[in-house]
Amino acid sequence: MSGAVATLETPALRRPPRWLVPVAVGVVLLAGYLTMRGTATLPHDDEAAPFLAVNQARDWVDSNRNDNPLFLYGVNYVRIYLGELYAAFETVLFALGWPGLVGVLGALGWLAGGWRLALLGVGGFAALGVLGVWEASVRTLALVLTSVLVALAVGLPLGVRAGRSARVRRALTPVLDVMQIMPTFAYLTPMVLFFGIGPSSATVATLIYAMPVAIRITALAVERVSPTAIEASASLGATRWQTLRKVQLPMARETIALAINQAIMMALSMVVIAALISAPGLGSDIIRGLSRANVGFMLPAGIAIVVMAIVLDRLTMAAAKRERTAQAAPSGPRRYAVAGAIAVAGAVAATLLPARFPDAWILRIGPPVTEAVNWAKFSWYDVTTAIRNVTSDLLLNPLQDVLTSTPWWLVAAAVLALAWWASGPRPALTALACLLGLALLGLWEHSMATLTTVLVAVTVTLMLGLLLGVAAARSRGFSAVQRPLLDAAQTMPSIVYLLPALALFGATRFTAIFASVIYAVPPVVRLVEDGIRGVSPTTVEAALSAGSTGGQLLWKVQLPMARGAILLAANQGIVMTLAMVVVGGMVGAGGLGYDVVTGFSQHSEFGMGFVAGVGTVLLGIMLDRITQGADRRSSPQVRG
Amino acid sequence: MEAGQDSAAIEVGGLWKIFGPRADRVLNGPDKDLDPSELRRKTGCTAAVRDVTFTVRPGEMFVVMGLSGSGKSTLVRCLTRLVEPTAGQISIGGEDVRAASPARLRELRRHRVSMVFQHFGLLPHRKVIDNVAYGLEIQGVPRRDRHARAGEILSLVGLDGYADAYPDQLSGGMQQRVGLARALAVEPQVMLFDEPFSALDPLIRRDMQTEVVRLHREVGKTMVFITHDLSEALKLGERIAIMRAGAIVQLGTPEEVVGAPADDYVADFVRDVPRSHVLSLRWISREPEPDERLDGPVLPAATVIRDAVPAVTGSGRPIRVMDGDRLVGVVDRVDILSAMGEAPSARVPEARS
Repeated sequence: MSGAVATLETPALRRPPRWLVPVAVGVVLLAGYLTMRGTATLPHDDEAAPFLAVNQARDWVDSNRNDNPLFLYGVNYVRIYLGELYAAFETVLFALGWPGLVGVLGALGWLAGGWRLALLGVGGFAALGVLGVWEASVRTLALVLTSVLVALAVGLPLGVRAGRSARVRRALTPVLDVMQIMPTFAYLTPMVLFFGIGPSSATVATLIYAMPVAIRITALAVERVSPTAIEASASLGATRWQTLRKVQLPMARETIALAINQAIMMALSMVVIAALISAPGLGSDIIRGLSRANVGFMLPAGIAIVVMAIVLDRLTMAAAKRERTAQAAPSGPRRYAVAGAIAVAGAVAATLLPARFPDAWILRIGPPVTEAVNWAKFSWYDVTTAIRNVTSDLLLNPLQDVLTSTPWWLVAAAVLALAWWASGPRPALTALACLLGLALLGLWEHSMATLTTVLVAVTVTLMLGLLLGVAAARSRGFSAVQRPLLDAAQTMPSIVYLLPALALFGATRFTAIFASVIYAVPPVVRLVEDGIRGVSPTTVEAALSAGSTGGQLLWKVQLPMARGAILLAANQGIVMTLAMVVVGGMVGAGGLGYDVVTGFSQHSEFGMGFVAGVGTVLLGIMLDRITQGADRRSSPQVRG
Repeated sequence: MEAGQDSAAIEVGGLWKIFGPRADRVLNGPDKDLDPSELRRKTGCTAAVRDVTFTVRPGEMFVVMGLSGSGKSTLVRCLTRLVEPTAGQISIGGEDVRAASPARLRELRRHRVSMVFQHFGLLPHRKVIDNVAYGLEIQGVPRRDRHARAGEILSLVGLDGYADAYPDQLSGGMQQRVGLARALAVEPQVMLFDEPFSALDPLIRRDMQTEVVRLHREVGKTMVFITHDLSEALKLGERIAIMRAGAIVQLGTPEEVVGAPADDYVADFVRDVPRSHVLSLRWISREPEPDERLDGPVLPAATVIRDAVPAVTGSGRPIRVMDGDRLVGVVDRVDILSAMGEAPSARVPEARS
């Protein structure tokens, strides 16, 4: 930056080398650290003023819940109605009995994509019974349906409005941006404050989590409808409503179906975590297993949630695609007849078979898995412990020591300098404000601990992601093998990633790092690969015809031109890693995530948990702002 | 038709369209006379249409020609207020368009004016027949009736048998035929064409131009045709308005534009047009020399120069150019040859039609 300013002011002087300013800033920061270390640190205090203030607020809410008008006429009604909606779904799903529900899934699968998906629906849902988690699965499904229904009822109209009006879009975008950076945990504590614990507050948390993606994709879909088609419609005298109904919605339908699919996926990933605030269903098994570090106990529920995610994902995706093929070949009543037959078969079976999934068909995988995990732990003990200790001793501990022993103002200065250099003044000031917010909230030390874990995880994620992404972009074969794996990985609810990590590494910080790396690598790989593949073939051809080697092509053409996509990948990777590291607080990652979890389980720590939830949001915004500006900057020379 | 034969189909007076913040302030201040780049630098506004005035006669084919960015597409959108004009008057078939309520405006768009777009603007989720019937559907015409009407129009534009296809199954030229059919189906009095053939390849474009000429002859609609292609303008237009930087720099018949360009800009434009293909004998006829014989062949004054070549070369004597019974002048081989070789320049013609 200042290099450019200097050149502008004194054009006669030779421009200083580009590395000079960063290196100078680095030297200054290092000198500051070496001279000031250990001073102005902010050690953690469980009784910090903000924590106590929130506790008092909680006590006030608890004692006024039934006579304050806001609660009496607003919040309490929301709680009751959502609770009833959930109960209704639950009742209907249980009334179907397991054969009935499996039949319905088969019928829906058939309608969406023929016998393959019908088989997937039947097999997938039957597997839920075989795993021995039928009741919990049905409750999870009911919770997902309730949340998605409400999220779509609000989100789709909002998305359509945002797609049609630039003003609405401008108003919504910053809100959605922040909502998407927020780690899942941050949604939970405020829900407890307002709605107590149980299905209603879990529904609210889930629907709030699922809504932004529905709004965003719907808005994008409506916005992208060809302007000429809309103009043509207007030129024929269509009203706005006619244009919406006959042009915009039909042309956006496929993408809106994707919005629904994504909302369901987000909801599935949230309902598991919502078990922390007593959401019924599979999540409670998983949370209990995680807190006891017992993989065998939670594995059936973990597999069940993945199976459910895959079935719902494939079904909704196929339904979205069907819309298009259906036009070309309208299918007759036979389609519905078969679907009806499958459903009826299920219903008939439901009356004949017991509604409870028969015990004899349940495959008990818990004990053998626990044994296998124990065996693995025991026999790989040397390897896993070595990996863990090396990382801890060489990376995590020194880094955390540095971050916690540095004066807070020096960290703030470093963040400001980094964000300014990478993203420009405005994001830098936002990042600084977030960091100072963390200090004021009394979360400094734990934030630095979380930051340490995030930094290490992000470094690994980005290296791995770049490597795999470049490999996939350069080799069709590799990409073809990798794609389905990435698809599957992105379908899984985030918490599932903790299972294998926990099995291998026990409850440590390293588990959270391992889990967040496997969680965040797939989108990074995908963005990098798409970015490199998106480089104009003409440019690649031109470079090849100039005699570039493969390596030259990569370093001088493809990577620089894919810069935007790669930086976006870095940004996404960081945000996702943070989300997972926070969840990893449950399995030994410590830091803010652990504070949040403690807040749920201990009455006196509610304030700390709440504030830590806010802290994760601040940390998320800070990391996002430090990295986000980079992709809006077209080339380094522009700012100089 | 409501409008009588002598009243204008479209009348536009003092029309302005300024994009950008505080367009009104620009319009009412001295800034409006700045040239485009200066205006943008100073106010951040773009004057896409500047003080445009013209009338279109009923049944006329009126062409607006200009390079990209000259404001021609904005102008045509202002006519039915797809783009809201900043100032000026527009009347279509005697109705004041700018004063029309939203409901009146919809009526106008539904029944009296329809438009064909450069990028077709077809609805990919609907069959061809339903695309063509879209305007009728908007009006609330029952399905059976609108399909019958759309079927007729499809055969008028030569798309028999494609009713059940989807737009993306058709070639570009056929897609634009669907666009044309959609505009025709509502039986408008006025049709607006916004560079309808620019996206098509040259051979298809020629077919489509011929098609439009044929339709214009058969259905007799008033047409306003926007193009950036001079040869298209000369081929189709009864009158041509040439736009530059939002203003009309010349308005006249093809002959006037080619024969008497109003300024260097227009002259530059028409430089490569073979004058002998556009101009008539009227433009090159001269007073006979005192010793010239006046017994050569007779040709009407409106004969295009190129078409006079056989008569001139076949005769040793100068051709007599007649306007009805009146002798306009004479033309000989030398005149014809020099007309065929001469480049146009901005000048005032000696004769005007």
